[in-house]
Amino acid sequence: MVSQASAFVVGVVSTVAFFALFLGSRETRHEVTDDQEHLFYAAYLLCLAGLLGMAITGDAFNVFVFLEISSLSSYALVAMGNRRRAFSAAFNYLILGTIGGTFVLIGIGLLYQVTGTLNAQDIAQRVQTLENVAHDTHNRTLLVAFAFMVVGLGLKLAVFPLHQWLPGAYAEAPAAVSAFLAGTATKVIYFQLLRTTVVFFGAAHVFGALRFGSHVLMPLSVVGMFVGSLAAVYQPTLKRMLAYSSVGQVGYLTLALSFGTEEGVTAGLLHLGAHALTKAGLFVVVAVIVAGIGSNRIGALAGLGKRMPLTAFAFVLGGVGLIGVPGTAGFISKWALLQAAFDSEHYVVAGLVLLSSLVAVVYVWRIVEVMYFRAPDPDAAPITFGRTVEDKLAITAAVVLLGATLVFGLFPAQVHELAADAAHQLFLEPEAVVSPLPVHGGAHR
Amino acid sequence: MIELPLEAVLFVFLLIVGIVVGRLRNLFGAAMLTGIFSFLSAGLFTLMTAVDVAFTEAAVGAGISTVLFLATLALTDDTEKPSERSWLAIGVVTLTAIALFFGLFDMPGYGDPDAPIHGGVGKHYLEHSWAEIGLPNVVTSVLASYRGYDTFGELAVVFTAGIGVTLLLRSKSAQMGDDKAPIPFRSRAPYVREMPIVRAVAKVMLPFILLFALYVQAHGDFGPGGGFQAGVVFAAGFVLYGLVWGPRALQRVARERFLETGMAVGLLMYGGVGVAALFMGGTFLDYSAFTPEHPQHGQHWGIFLVELGVGLTVSAVMLVIYFVFTARPRSRAERNRQAGSIHPPRLTLPEVPELRASDDEGAP
Repeated sequence: MVSQASAFVVGVVSTVAFFALFLGSRETRHEVTDDQEHLFYAAYLLCLAGLLGMAITGDAFNVFVFLEISSLSSYALVAMGNRRRAFSAAFNYLILGTIGGTFVLIGIGLLYQVTGTLNAQDIAQRVQTLENVAHDTHNRTLLVAFAFMVVGLGLKLAVFPLHQWLPGAYAEAPAAVSAFLAGTATKVIYFQLLRTTVVFFGAAHVFGALRFGSHVLMPLSVVGMFVGSLAAVYQPTLKRMLAYSSVGQVGYLTLALSFGTEEGVTAGLLHLGAHALTKAGLFVVVAVIVAGIGSNRIGALAGLGKRMPLTAFAFVLGGVGLIGVPGTAGFISKWALLQAAFDSEHYVVAGLVLLSSLVAVVYVWRIVEVMYFRAPDPDAAPITFGRTVEDKLAITAAVVLLGATLVFGLFPAQVHELAADAAHQLFLEPEAVVSPLPVHGGAHR
Repeated sequence: MIELPLEAVLFVFLLIVGIVVGRLRNLFGAAMLTGIFSFLSAGLFTLMTAVDVAFTEAAVGAGISTVLFLATLALTDDTEKPSERSWLAIGVVTLTAIALFFGLFDMPGYGDPDAPIHGGVGKHYLEHSWAEIGLPNVVTSVLASYRGYDTFGELAVVFTAGIGVTLLLRSKSAQMGDDKAPIPFRSRAPYVREMPIVRAVAKVMLPFILLFALYVQAHGDFGPGGGFQAGVVFAAGFVLYGLVWGPRALQRVARERFLETGMAVGLLMYGGVGVAALFMGGTFLDYSAFTPEHPQHGQHWGIFLVELGVGLTVSAVMLVIYFVFTARPRSRAERNRQAGSIHPPRLTLPEVPELRASDDEGAP
């Protein structure tokens, strides 16, 4: 049985991946020769397959295998960016990502050693018995397994201070890959972190006895929120700005988890969906801007409000979504986050969330100011965007992704209910399984 | 009781080799030592009676990865640039080591029959594999049947590696390259071809290597072996041919188009078996569905086909990666030769004019 949370993540990931693909191999043209183009799409689909597999599986080792598939292909995809700097960005991503993957593997190995099973439900149950038998002393191997898994996932998720690879990778990757990775990769890893803490090791153990939420994850999340958003204010290009904004947004995601409550996880899942759609939509818009004016430097955006009015409007729409203005998906998830903070009596943290949203106002306003209040360069070449089928596809993708954030922002009831149900299901006690017997032959669930 | 001292010796060697690899500035030497590292690990796995793992480690770690390391060094440089000591890195590594040691305290003892891994599924595999799968080699039945999803995933990882490396090194800018890069490998390579002993030995060895690969492929059900190892050994045979007679000669034997197709066909075969099981009324990769009246036959067929797919993809990917690495410096080397900036070859042999043949003449 696929859990509701898995289904939720799979839905978000497939939607984003589908529409990001509308950008095709745009911005890779200089790298990918025509007879290699099929390989680009093969890598894209392999990456998607890995991410979906990770989200859907109920087996700890499957997670690692699918993580490897998606990681390997995403390194190659990032390197396809049209500047030579893409290679070094991909190399950074490769080294840090591989360390992250190895840590996850060590964690899973240790976990298998003390539990004797790889099935998520069985692991949950064995961990519970292990921790019950030893009342005061924790099982040290289990503790180390947890540490390795969390650090590994934290690296892949770009939790502050392990976020160094993310800005380069997102900024240098080709348009479709930026939109795809920004909306999917970190989201699936976040889901994995959620499952590791809440299901594998048990929320009561992780957030209660170990105080992982309040002592480790919460401070890092809060710092990450501010560092990411503040760094975004000073970036010279749109893509880098969006990438740093993602570092800040990961902070909100992990903050939601750090409360260790059902409400927190609900908020986390909502933010996962909201941010995936918003950020992917924004990266698609940036691709449209680059296709129109040939650059994503913020200085080159002067007068874009007049030159490409609809595109500029779409960017603003995504931007207010990042801030969390009412009416957008970002508002719904941030509201849930604040509620979760109040419910668990973290009033200061709630205040900090609001404060960091103000920083988001600054970096979005900076773009708005250049686009609408600065006169366009009179020598600028006329814009010839929007004639070809490819361009129309890109516009469609932007409209659908950002439109979805509006729909979700205006009619949140159903999605909210879905996320709440999914979170509730994750927090259910593992069923008492007597012995994990594999199904006769074949891979067992 | 011979195992314990042997293991201790192997571990000490492993430690020494690990430290030397870390400290060595000469990357050529470091690459060779990583091969030795893998070989020592393979020895340890053998002592732990994990023969299948040992075989894989020897074939992949000590064999083909060393070749790929060397091919990479040929594209770059074989001495490491001195870098500053990073205290942060040392701190992180120390912390990781401490954490690992800390985790040892509650680990079940080595070989402890009461360890959790010997209960649960592990116990089930050992006790029921013969009745359910009907293969003497339990490792194969676990890999190819019980944990068939993981093996499918691992094969996809190998396939992804092939796609990724091709995508990276065949891209336009990579092909154009910059002329500053050194070209030690290519300038050295022709001399290998001119060594009569190497040629003779390679010629004699080749058929046996390929035959052994086929044996490993087919015999995985009964002894150590299977698709992964067979694929690597098979590829190693071709790589040997390429090393001695040059990549161009190899390209005529194994066409790249053909290999690229092989890469995909192997993976498709694995997935296809899974889908076929679905159509026969089972779950994905449940081979028993093929012959419901006699599940073991279905398992045999399924595992045979799946392993064949693994062997095909692994060998094709290894060769594609080898090609992508070796085919690149050739054009660069030629360009440099034309520009008159060729590096002097490291390995100087007496000139043997009658043997200095054009690229493909020596191929059997």
